[in-house]
Amino acid sequence: MSGGSDPGSGPDSEASSGGDAQSDPPSDADPASADDPLTRVRESDVSLIVGGFLALYLGYVLVGIVAGLSPRGIFATVTQLTLLIAIYAMLTLSLNLHWGYTGLFNIGIVGFMAVGGYTFLMLTMQVAEPGVRSAGGLGLPFVVGLAGAVVAAAVLGFVVGLPSLRLRADYLAITTIAMAEIVRYFYQSNAFQQVELFGMSLGTGGGSGLVGDSTTPFDRYVYEAGWSEGLVDFLDETFRISGTLGPPIETLFDAIVLLVVVAGFYWLLKRTGGSPFGRVLKAIREDEDVANALGKDTGRFKMKSFMLGCALMGLAGALYVYFQLGNTVNPTVFRPRLTFFVWVALILGGAGSNTGSVLGAALFVGILFRGPLYVKNAVENIVAFPDSPATVAGALGGLLSLDPVPFLAFLFDNMGSLRIILLGVVLIVLMKRRPQGLLGHRKETAAAVPLVPTETTATGGLTPGSEGPEATDGGEPGGGGERP
Amino acid sequence: MATEKPLEAVLVVVGVLIAGDLVTALLITGSLQFADVGGLVKNGLMRGLVIGLAGVGLSMTYSILNFANFSHGDYITLGAFTGWGVTYLLAGLGEADWTNLILVGAGGGVFGAQLGISITGTTLAVILGLVVAAVATAAAALAVDRAIYKSMRDAGGIPLLITSVGVAFALRYVIALVFGESVRGTTSPDIPSFALPAIDGTVGINAHDLVVLVTGVALMLGVHLLLQRTKLGKAMRAMADNEDLARITGIPTERVVTWTWVLGGGLTGVAGYLLVLWRETLHFRIGWVLLLLVFAAVILGGIGSIYGAIFGGVIIGLTLSLSQIWIPTDFARASAFVIMIVILLVRPQGLFAGRATA
Repeated sequence: MSGGSDPGSGPDSEASSGGDAQSDPPSDADPASADDPLTRVRESDVSLIVGGFLALYLGYVLVGIVAGLSPRGIFATVTQLTLLIAIYAMLTLSLNLHWGYTGLFNIGIVGFMAVGGYTFLMLTMQVAEPGVRSAGGLGLPFVVGLAGAVVAAAVLGFVVGLPSLRLRADYLAITTIAMAEIVRYFYQSNAFQQVELFGMSLGTGGGSGLVGDSTTPFDRYVYEAGWSEGLVDFLDETFRISGTLGPPIETLFDAIVLLVVVAGFYWLLKRTGGSPFGRVLKAIREDEDVANALGKDTGRFKMKSFMLGCALMGLAGALYVYFQLGNTVNPTVFRPRLTFFVWVALILGGAGSNTGSVLGAALFVGILFRGPLYVKNAVENIVAFPDSPATVAGALGGLLSLDPVPFLAFLFDNMGSLRIILLGVVLIVLMKRRPQGLLGHRKETAAAVPLVPTETTATGGLTPGSEGPEATDGGEPGGGGERP
Repeated sequence: MATEKPLEAVLVVVGVLIAGDLVTALLITGSLQFADVGGLVKNGLMRGLVIGLAGVGLSMTYSILNFANFSHGDYITLGAFTGWGVTYLLAGLGEADWTNLILVGAGGGVFGAQLGISITGTTLAVILGLVVAAVATAAAALAVDRAIYKSMRDAGGIPLLITSVGVAFALRYVIALVFGESVRGTTSPDIPSFALPAIDGTVGINAHDLVVLVTGVALMLGVHLLLQRTKLGKAMRAMADNEDLARITGIPTERVVTWTWVLGGGLTGVAGYLLVLWRETLHFRIGWVLLLLVFAAVILGGIGSIYGAIFGGVIIGLTLSLSQIWIPTDFARASAFVIMIVILLVRPQGLFAGRATA
């Protein structure tokens, strides 16, 4: 990626990298907008995000059409994709507060998510009488469950942060990942599977996890409400696609709700980052000793930032459990790899940028995480591959006798592993070539009010040269100042 | 002392209480059998030696290259698969298809039990497997360094750490792609064993326990001699202490880095092989799962300290198995992590601090 000369490729760059990995032409979408005065488009973070999402959707739709997938299938895929992107965007935004703004190397994200998700379910599940086989909850309303998840994750953040925030970055990393594992073992253990308390059966469900109520508030007020069933009937009538549009429409509702939450996260973190509080956080990121010397109680600031991020991760965990996992949870969901996926998303988008965080989440989920599987699905719809060889030996044997088909079939059959390899390689290449990600290290004005008539708050290298020295930053390769 | 460091005082009290409880249970109430405790100690020691061996490698790269290598666990896995592939090949040559053998029975072609692999039954195959595990892992570690880390020497600890996560993902799933994702049993069911008399029973020890013990101790002694008696060892210690000073003194730091990867990778590969020999099962997450315990051992002993890594490994191993006496087995690993976190808080420089790579 051409690091130094960012000019002109704000919205372009993510579209073209969308094209790279998926070998389809979504970048066609952008020349239209690129014809506009470039600066105006790139200055708007919203248009960056919307453009990124649209490019991604366009790619998915084009691939689907070319492969001849059913419209309903494409629609369902895209809604599920949006839902997952929204969850990842929340996590990436929270992590950006930790790492991008404050420089706290937290690799225990799953721990906070797990506490959020479990707390949510344990609060909202129906009350179970003692003697029943599975653990029940407290039967509290949905919103109380979410609030509980936020509080529980923040409290865990406090407990973890109190001793460990003063440690070196790599020690903090190891402490947080160990904490996340301890949390997972706690929920996995049968010791607290089911406890009788105050005449109720409570517990963590142990290895088999918890299954929440099948009828949720969303069922009652959204999916099964008259207006939504009417809408589904209307759409089914209008489009006459085989099969009802009900389930994808439900996913769409979920995705919209989650996107609104993401917007809330974005607004909150943007406000936080621009506030005096956020300025101290950035000062800590750059040089904690200096911030300290200027009379800031850096310990307190770090703790507040850490707890806020953890609380948001807990909320994301609860929403993940509710929307993505269908109101059920089990400890295997919260393996450490999920943490690293969020990290890849953040680094892809660019640490230090909220817009980059959302874009990174979209690109990560859309291209790296779900993309390969979707492409596999699409290609299999066109070409019928012969049976894949059972082992790599058969695949390579074919290659030696100049027959690439078994090898390709083998790779295709193992797309699940292949995409993780790809993800690892992308992370390595990013760290070597462009550690600041797509939009990282953007200069943000330190003042709450605009200092100059022209904005300096906007994207990275905005038209180099046009603004004098202060506007050229971020995109410079090697000059990226980097972290402590 | 106690008043200056209240946390350490609390830890000492906790340690004394646990030891007291153990002695009471063994001698006075008799609720614990010596033989049972002996068995747990043996298991903990074996696991601890493997963790310590892998920890020496991690500790060396951590102190000399200044980054926490999160792909270290997958080097353990790599050593296990390459080594066991050779062992399978030598033990089963002529009995089964060689491709199935070298892929350690991927796709269910062959099984370790049917090949009758053990140190007494197929001595040569096991020894050569051990050697290949060391060589292959060292070569892979060196190749990864040349391709990825070398151009990033000055990037700082955290970017390198993040990069190593990418290496870990890629390496782990390349292994999964090549060798398959199944869990397999590797050794013959009948391994010669004998019963060591304990006070009120016996502790069973088999030949593979002895292999782990002998190899582990021998390699650790070797590393000790290398670091203390050779010029390379001196250079390594100097570099771990202060890289700039080392370079000024004329130490060829890049060459020292090469040897660090070779030694660290080799020891890690051996650890992976021995782990499988001892556990008798193999799958592609075996090293990743062990990684945090290895980190725990290294931090416990103090980063850069070889003795510390070994000592830390044994402590972590013993914690894993002896904690079962007091808490449910589900929490064995959690207790090891708690110990690591406590050490990080109370004594972040580790127990063997101030003696880098010695």
